[in-house]
Amino acid sequence: MTLTAREIAEITRLLEESSFDELHLEIDGLKLHLRRGSTTPPRPVDDSAAAGVPAQVTPIVPDDARQTDEPIVRDCDLQDVPAPMLGTFYRAPKPGEPPFIEVGAPVEADTIIGIIEVMKLMNTVRAGVRGIVAEIPGRDGALVEYGETLLRVRRPSEP
Amino acid sequence: MTIRRVLIANRGEIATRIIRTCRALGLETVLAASEEDRDSTPARLADRTICIGPARPADSYLKVETIVQAALGARADAIHPGYGFLSERPELARLCERHELVFIGPTAAQIEAVADKLRARAAAESVAIPVLPGAAVDSVDAAISVARLIGTPLLVKAVGGGGGRGMKRIERLTELLAAIALAASEAGAAFGDARVYLERFVTRGRHIEVQVLGDGAGRVIHLGERDCSVQRRYQKLIEESPAPGLPEQLCHRLHEAAVRFAERLSYRGAGTVEFLVDEQQAFYFLEMNARIQVEHPVTEVITGVDLVAEQIAIAAGDGLRLNQSDIRRRGCAIECRVNAEDPARDFRPSPGVVTEARWPTGPGIRVDTHIAAGSRVPPYYDSLLAKIIAHAPDRTTALRRMQDAIASTAVSGVATNLPFHAAVLGEPAFLAGGVDTEFVALLLERDSLRVEGATLG
Repeated sequence: MTLTAREIAEITRLLEESSFDELHLEIDGLKLHLRRGSTTPPRPVDDSAAAGVPAQVTPIVPDDARQTDEPIVRDCDLQDVPAPMLGTFYRAPKPGEPPFIEVGAPVEADTIIGIIEVMKLMNTVRAGVRGIVAEIPGRDGALVEYGETLLRVRRPSEP
Repeated sequence: MTIRRVLIANRGEIATRIIRTCRALGLETVLAASEEDRDSTPARLADRTICIGPARPADSYLKVETIVQAALGARADAIHPGYGFLSERPELARLCERHELVFIGPTAAQIEAVADKLRARAAAESVAIPVLPGAAVDSVDAAISVARLIGTPLLVKAVGGGGGRGMKRIERLTELLAAIALAASEAGAAFGDARVYLERFVTRGRHIEVQVLGDGAGRVIHLGERDCSVQRRYQKLIEESPAPGLPEQLCHRLHEAAVRFAERLSYRGAGTVEFLVDEQQAFYFLEMNARIQVEHPVTEVITGVDLVAEQIAIAAGDGLRLNQSDIRRRGCAIECRVNAEDPARDFRPSPGVVTEARWPTGPGIRVDTHIAAGSRVPPYYDSLLAKIIAHAPDRTTALRRMQDAIASTAVSGVATNLPFHAAVLGEPAFLAGGVDTEFVALLLERDSLRVEGATLG
């Protein structure tokens, strides 16, 4: 589980607008602690975003492009494709090349969806399910944990 | 190298213990946890938890590359391996060195030097520390002639083993060849090293070990000894310091020997040198453990030194912050290991869900645990639930505090060895102090005879 700088900014804004002084968020092993007007730095957050977090909660201009922040409506036809191992996830065979798959692409169980690198060892990851790619939560070049969702696939509806 | 973020490659009470010191030092913690341990106490306490794989240790806690990848991915500066798992695997230390990650422990070369028990024996001999009569055996002829020389009883030990694993006791020479073959195949499977050696078995001996800290540049200090003679099948159950009834002069020689051995390796970090002391008060080198040990709190409460903090300081390049004269040992400390094992069923592991956990409190009582009501005790890992440590100015008071502590401890949902501890703490020989490593076996034998007698009567 990771948060982007933008997601943290959004959470910070929610705290700003609320009547609370402190916010503790815990999702899947990731912990975010925000305190209003605090002089001590907040507890550490995920590394990929840590650099972007201000030590104090400061007003942040809401980002206009917030379409990705819309709550995700759980679709019962969506199936998560979990990372089979911990490592660095790559969506393309080589840097600069087009990704293995994009949203909207059809996948079969053996379709390659990415690569997970563990200490220079490249492991091919396959979809494992048949359907249409609905979402790709797995970010290119990011650390993915064992079991973290890389892909959401819409299963073909029963005839 | 400044350490700001530490990845903890372990679980259970020791992960919890390491996180506590990291927090006190203002260091961020990342826990590498298996899927089974995602909701464990250390996972809740760590600043971040990364799932490294499925429950089976071979698929998670024992994967060197995955651990290092997790540390790099989480941008940790250092890895603390705890004890067990990868703590004494030179591959992890070496891979850390290659990726500019600080390994909180000795160098890969030092781990290798003590992991090979024959090399460790030779190193001890080279600094005039006695070892038990023994030698490597690589053929049937060699085995027979070495065994004749040593005499029985003797132990068949794995060169790559240690901590009581891969040992077979031989009473008669007729059992020798079969035991060697079995030990070699087991050692090959468990340690990837099928070499075995023979060593005299001392029937009545005490297991005394010395805690050391080294700066990696040749300076070593000791933090006194621990008596770990209360063992069942080579697994320690109760440890204490100082070793009761051991002559001061002998203690002093053990401390000096341990320091000499670690100096010879230019040892870096925290380590333990283990000795066997026989009935004639002669001592022999057994092995060195190149890691923080389960029983380290005994030394911590006696000396007031946070061994994990010293490990981190040494790893960060701060060197050894203490001189030998800074080490003052105060009072007596005893530790009981509370395991999810059923003493009524031959100490069989008892995994499950803990429904109630009440741990003792009070003056001089410390509890290192990761278990609370609702905690799971998975079948995949060791069964240690908690370590209860009692400290007091004198041994009598420490024993009384421990008796009260054990009596006020309540764990439900899984079977525990608490009744065993209560029994030992009522045993005159243990209360008198100075029992040997046969104590538990004899106690259990006597009690099982008593139970049988009661059934017959």
